[in-house]
Formats: sequence, C-alpha cells, structure tokens
Amino acid sequence: MNTLIDSFYAAVGLIAAGESRLAGIVLLSLRVSLSAVGIAALFGLPLGALLAVGRFPGRQVLLVVIDGFMGLPSVVVGLLVYLLLSRAGPLGPLGILFTPAAMIVAQTILITPLIAALARQIVADAWAEYHEQLRSLGAGPWRASLTLLWDTRFSLFTALLAGFGRAAAEVGAVMIVGGNIDGVTRVMTTTIALETSKGDLPLALALGLVLIALIMAVNIAAHLTRHWAIRRYG
Amino acid sequence: MMNGERKVFPLELADVCFASGGQRIIENVSLAIDGGVRTVILGANGAGKSVLMRLMHGLLTPTSGEIRWCGRSERAAAQAMVFQRPIMLRTTVIGNVAYGLKLAGVGKEERLARAAAALDRVGLAHIAKRPARVLSGGEQQRVALARAWALEPLVLFLDEPTASIDPGGAQKVERIIGKIAAGGCKIVMTTHNLGQARRLADEIIFLHRGRVAEYSPASVFFAGPRSPEAVSFMKGELP
Repeated sequence: MNTLIDSFYAAVGLIAAGESRLAGIVLLSLRVSLSAVGIAALFGLPLGALLAVGRFPGRQVLLVVIDGFMGLPSVVVGLLVYLLLSRAGPLGPLGILFTPAAMIVAQTILITPLIAALARQIVADAWAEYHEQLRSLGAGPWRASLTLLWDTRFSLFTALLAGFGRAAAEVGAVMIVGGNIDGVTRVMTTTIALETSKGDLPLALALGLVLIALIMAVNIAAHLTRHWAIRRYG
Repeated sequence: MMNGERKVFPLELADVCFASGGQRIIENVSLAIDGGVRTVILGANGAGKSVLMRLMHGLLTPTSGEIRWCGRSERAAAQAMVFQRPIMLRTTVIGNVAYGLKLAGVGKEERLARAAAALDRVGLAHIAKRPARVLSGGEQQRVALARAWALEPLVLFLDEPTASIDPGGAQKVERIIGKIAAGGCKIVMTTHNLGQARRLADEIIFLHRGRVAEYSPASVFFAGPRSPEAVSFMKGELP
C-alpha cells in the first residue's frame, strides 16, 4: 500500500516538475497520434460519406469489412505493418521501421476504419434528412457528399476525437513497429508497459495520469463541441 | 420573368403508376397541366398527393407510364420544390438561400445579391446573418421559399407548405406563394386544407386512393364537385 502512495506522490512530483523525459514522451505521443488522426481523417471522412451517399457494387462488402476492422486488435495491425515495413517486406526500402513514421502508419491503419464507420453513420443520418432537398436543387452524389460533410462538421469532429482517443490509448501497434526505443519511439503507453515491468512505478504512474487526463480532456472537448454547435447552429 | 425561350408546358402525365414495396400508391394517372394557373392537388392524407408531386418533380421515377415536359421526356431544369418540413443547412439564412444558386452555377457575387433580394421579398432580410436552424418553423419555411424563389423557377412545387407551422406563419407563407405566382411562376401545391385550396387554387386536381377523381377549375369544383369522393371529402372537412 505504501509503495502505491509513495509512487503516486513521486508521479505527481514528476508531472509538477515538468520533467524533460516525461515531457518528451508525452509530446511524441501527441505528435504520433495527432498525425495519425489527420491522415485517417483524409481517408476516413470521404470514405464514410461515399458509403453513406453512394450506391455501388461492393458497397455492402465494404461496410462489413470496415465494421469488422473497427475492432481490429492493435497488436495484429502492428504485426501487419511490421511485415510490410521490415527489411524483407514490400515497403522495406523506405527504412522507416522503428521510427515515429512507422508508428503513425500503424495508428492510421488502426483508426481509419473507426473514423470511416462513424462518419458513415453521421453522414447517412443527415442524408436521410436532406436527400430530397439536395436532389431537388440538383446536387449529384459528389456535391451532396461535400455538402453533408460540411454540414455535419461538428459531429465529425467528435468522431475524430474518438479516433484520437483510440490511437493515444493503444499500445500493441506502436510497441511492435516503433520498438520502444528510448528517446526515439517511446510513447506514453509503451513506457507505462516497460517501466511497470522494470519496477519504476512513479514514471509509469505519472504517464498513466497524464494519459487519463488527456482522454478526459478529449471527451470533455467532444461534449462541449456538441453542446456549443447545437446552441449555435441547431 | 423572361422565360420566352424556355418553354416547359404543358406538363403531361401519361398513364403514370407508382408502386413501392408491393403497395400501389399512384394508379393510372393521366393529366395535362398548363402554365399560368395555380394548380392545387387536393385529397385526404394518404391519397398519394406527395408521391404524385415527387413524380412530377422527378424525385421519384414512375413504375410505368411517362412524364413529359412540353412533349420532351427529360426533366425540365427550371423547377424548384419546397417541402413540408423545411430543410436548413447548418449555416446562415443567406447561406442557405445562396446554396441553391451555387448548385445552379451562379457566380459568388451574383448569388449573394440574388439571395439578399429573395430574403427581402420574403421579409427576412433583417435576419440574413442568423444561423438558419435556430429559426422558428414558419421562418424556416420562408427561407425555403426564398431559396426556391431566388432560382427564378418556371415551376414551383409546394408539398403541404403550411402543414407543420402555426397559423400566423401559414398566412405569411400563403402571401409569399401568391407573390411568387403573380411573378409568372407556375404553382403546383398539395394540401389537405380546404380553406387554403379555396384561397390559392385556380384549378383543383382531386386525388383519391392514388387516382385522379376530378380535375376542374377551382370555381367549378367549389361550386359543386362532380365526383362522389370529392363530395364526401368536402362534407368531412367542412365544419
């Protein structure tokens, strides 16, 4: 019990002091996960809109695949990206295995299906409401998709936050493709795993607290965005 | 409005049927609707008024039969529709009106000018910058009318435009419809409200269970409908 309390005080001390190793790890986590969200949004949002508005052969299959991939275990994604990026793999010549770039790739693959699936649901609801009006005004599928993506921007923002939450909290994929190299690819979750097994509980706990605070902040941001948007735009 | 080169009338329906999910909603409707007069499609709820209007506007495709605009089977471009529940995008009032013009390919400066003018005509110029979705139902419907009017259509379809707004708002909406018609735009409107039909119709299409029971000038129809379905509808509706 004492260990726990001592570790907790030590952890708070580390955070309060803004210890540089801790700060570096937190910043790398943010950089990797935010980049992944940005890239996943670039693919996931249009894909979601296309699935909501478009009717094309293979759509049903794609829907099932994306829903399935939403629950993909992160270690499996890590393994697949590892195989792609390893020296003998098809993307081996890029030489990005065990770098933050590889971690961004892995997290992007991990959360793109989640963002696409959430976007599809959000855009499909709006399409059900708007489709007659938009078609009456002469909007084709592309135009309608763009309009709906813009019109649901606040809901889509919360979908992106959900993606960020999943990326920042996962450990398996970044562990495998990043290698957990001190000062290079060590992020919050991998450090927690490593330091706990080494017995350095204060650092692990400090990162755990930061991670919890971050996830809470993301959820509060999502909540506030929704409220503000409803008040402002209806 | 200067529409001499764009002739679209008559709007002809030839033996049009529409079925959905095994249910026959519109059955063998044949009509020839001319421009210049305000046409009201009257009938009880579930008579198929909204579906018939969507077929005319091109939002639905007939299961069988044909729809022609001035003898041509392609959809006439110069038409707009206002729905029972106004659909507002999450942007400003003027943004909603300008959006229709944007889709019509009107350049930015012109569309803002035309949107502002249309808002002025429906009496909403003072709230042009407000977000559209927080307005009352009646105001939203006037924005929807401005959005349609700004397009300067030759035909305006209105599907129960006052059914989901309060009486004060409905009165304003009716006045705007009158002004749009006075500008030379053909009005085709559905309603189940007899009083509204009396106020706005030049001619009545009376629909009963997906069939046209009667198509007459409004003065003839209200003096004494010839079809038994219309007679019993008028009895039921009158206080």
